[in-house]
Amino acid sequence: MYTGSLACFLKCSKRNWEIPVFTVLALAPLFGPAFAGGLGGQITSVFIICIAALGLNVMVGFTGLLHLGIASFFGLGGLFLAILTVPMNPLEIGFLPAVLVSVGITAAIGTLLGSPALRLRGDYLAIVTLGFGEVVRVLFLNLENVTGGTQGLGPVPPPGFGVFVTGIDLGREFVVDSRWFYYLSLVILFSVVLLVRILEKSTLGRAWVAVREEPLAAATIGISVAKVRLSAFTIAAAIAGLAGCLSVASIGTTGDPNAFGFNRSVAILCAVIIGGLGSIPGTLVGVTILFGFDIVVIPWVDAWMQRLQSQVFETNLFALGSWRLALVGIALIVVMRFRPVGLVPSRRFAAELQESQQ
Amino acid sequence: MDVASFLQQCGIGITSGVFLGLMAVGYTLVYGTVGLIHFAHGDVVMLGGCLALAILSFLVPLPVVPLTGCLAVILAAMCSGLFCGCLNVCIDRFVYRPLRDAPPLSPLVSAIGVSFVLMNVGLVWIGPTDRAFPKIFLDTTHSVGGISILMADLLVLAISVPPLLCLYVLLRQTRFGRSLRSIAAITRATARSGEAGKLIGATFFISGFLGGVASVAAGIHATTINYQMGHQMGLYALTAAVLGGIGSVPGAIVGGLVVGLLRAISVAVLGPRWAMASVFLVLIVFLAFRPQGIYGKSKTRGGQH
Repeated sequence: MYTGSLACFLKCSKRNWEIPVFTVLALAPLFGPAFAGGLGGQITSVFIICIAALGLNVMVGFTGLLHLGIASFFGLGGLFLAILTVPMNPLEIGFLPAVLVSVGITAAIGTLLGSPALRLRGDYLAIVTLGFGEVVRVLFLNLENVTGGTQGLGPVPPPGFGVFVTGIDLGREFVVDSRWFYYLSLVILFSVVLLVRILEKSTLGRAWVAVREEPLAAATIGISVAKVRLSAFTIAAAIAGLAGCLSVASIGTTGDPNAFGFNRSVAILCAVIIGGLGSIPGTLVGVTILFGFDIVVIPWVDAWMQRLQSQVFETNLFALGSWRLALVGIALIVVMRFRPVGLVPSRRFAAELQESQQ
Repeated sequence: MDVASFLQQCGIGITSGVFLGLMAVGYTLVYGTVGLIHFAHGDVVMLGGCLALAILSFLVPLPVVPLTGCLAVILAAMCSGLFCGCLNVCIDRFVYRPLRDAPPLSPLVSAIGVSFVLMNVGLVWIGPTDRAFPKIFLDTTHSVGGISILMADLLVLAISVPPLLCLYVLLRQTRFGRSLRSIAAITRATARSGEAGKLIGATFFISGFLGGVASVAAGIHATTINYQMGHQMGLYALTAAVLGGIGSVPGAIVGGLVVGLLRAISVAVLGPRWAMASVFLVLIVFLAFRPQGIYGKSKTRGGQH
């Protein structure tokens, strides 16, 4: 019986890469006690960036609209969650309704930005989204009464704060054991992957691709180009806002608004492109490589080298962290040089490139 | 705000507008020939500033006297212009050229990668903090009708305007300029032919040279440089290029002046922390009404991306 279910599992895995990947991720904390501590938190933040990147992929990959301000929606989602839940403000509504409301507001802001921006073509749109991102960052920094300025707004109570299930305080559990957030973001990441996959196959998803490839032809078969583009704007903003909510809930504060600036937007965009535009597994791979390197590998290597160097030379000669930017930059250049369609390209993009080279 | 202080701010705005325009021309020239937003341009300029800082610190006794000071600044501007030009040509040769027929967003990511590498080089070169630019009779001011004019700002204009005039003559009056302007119409296939390759190289050199001059002007104007200045100036200059209509050289210069004036006035009225937001807000509102920028044609090159 066990072999039967194993065979079935393998068969499903061949068609759906999600099944083995998410099974391994779900089982990992059971075997690694380190997941309860710092490592779990670091991997959780990689998951959260993955969610935001999937949102960006809807816009850049599926619809072909270059967006350089995705991190501002990430920040906005988190800010609204914080405003709705911090004890300082009178609202203090629960986690779930707060997430729903802030995702809704973020989506609305995305739509508002999208409606005038849709008149613009290509690079002009990119610059407007870039400008929007910077305006949001400056507003975050300067409206200290609302956002807390550089300090950020906090403390944001963890999800399940004040909820008791069979005598266990859920809120306290979230704070003590980072595996709770690990599983929460894993579940949300899985749902977002499914959602984006369903959208990709739906009428709307096909319309996105049609508009990306040839807007004029799409319009002649009755697709409303403006509406379809606007929907991509809205969905990207909503997903990025959801990721922002999770991030703020897991850190407990909105943190320094500079983290929502141009650099973060560009890093997420690079992750999507080196993974492979329009490809869901590609996006996850891209984020895991870029941000996994940044969040997990660099601190680990530096701690290791510091130990090594202090034993051998008694001084700290070289820190990988100070060459972090250059390493990421070289990685981007090399990947684009040798795999211009990305590491895990979507089938359509790979086929197109082959065609154009012949 | 009275008239005198308004004119004072306009003066500051025009000074910074001129060197932002120099940088914006760099973005616009590259975009016009290869259809790429050269994201690393700001960081190339930053490295030019680092080189100028090194040269001026080496010549430290000279800048005290006005005449030798001016010569030292001109020398620094030429060196950093040549350096940035060559750096730009190398970036094009080794990073962008292999990607001429890749998907449109791949060169953009490479450009961002180059920008990260250069920023890191700058960080290691001059360190994480602000570095003071050597003073060139900075404290001297002349008062004309209640408006005090900083001599350093005149120096900024003196080194920024001649390259712009040279560029004008080059583009308008020479055979090279005509072919450069016509190259905007070439397709991707011809971009790999020998003649077009040389023109693209020349474009990158010119844009780098202007950027190098702009870096010295920016250093004198702001009195400090740091490793992130390229990033910030790059955003302003890119805004200027887009505002003017990306691909258009006069548009970039006008855009630079507009951005410089906007920034100076919003610094005076709202305070420095709102400067960037107000510049970008104006850009967004302006583009909503005139999507192709001031001088842009309504159908831009590059289509979707």
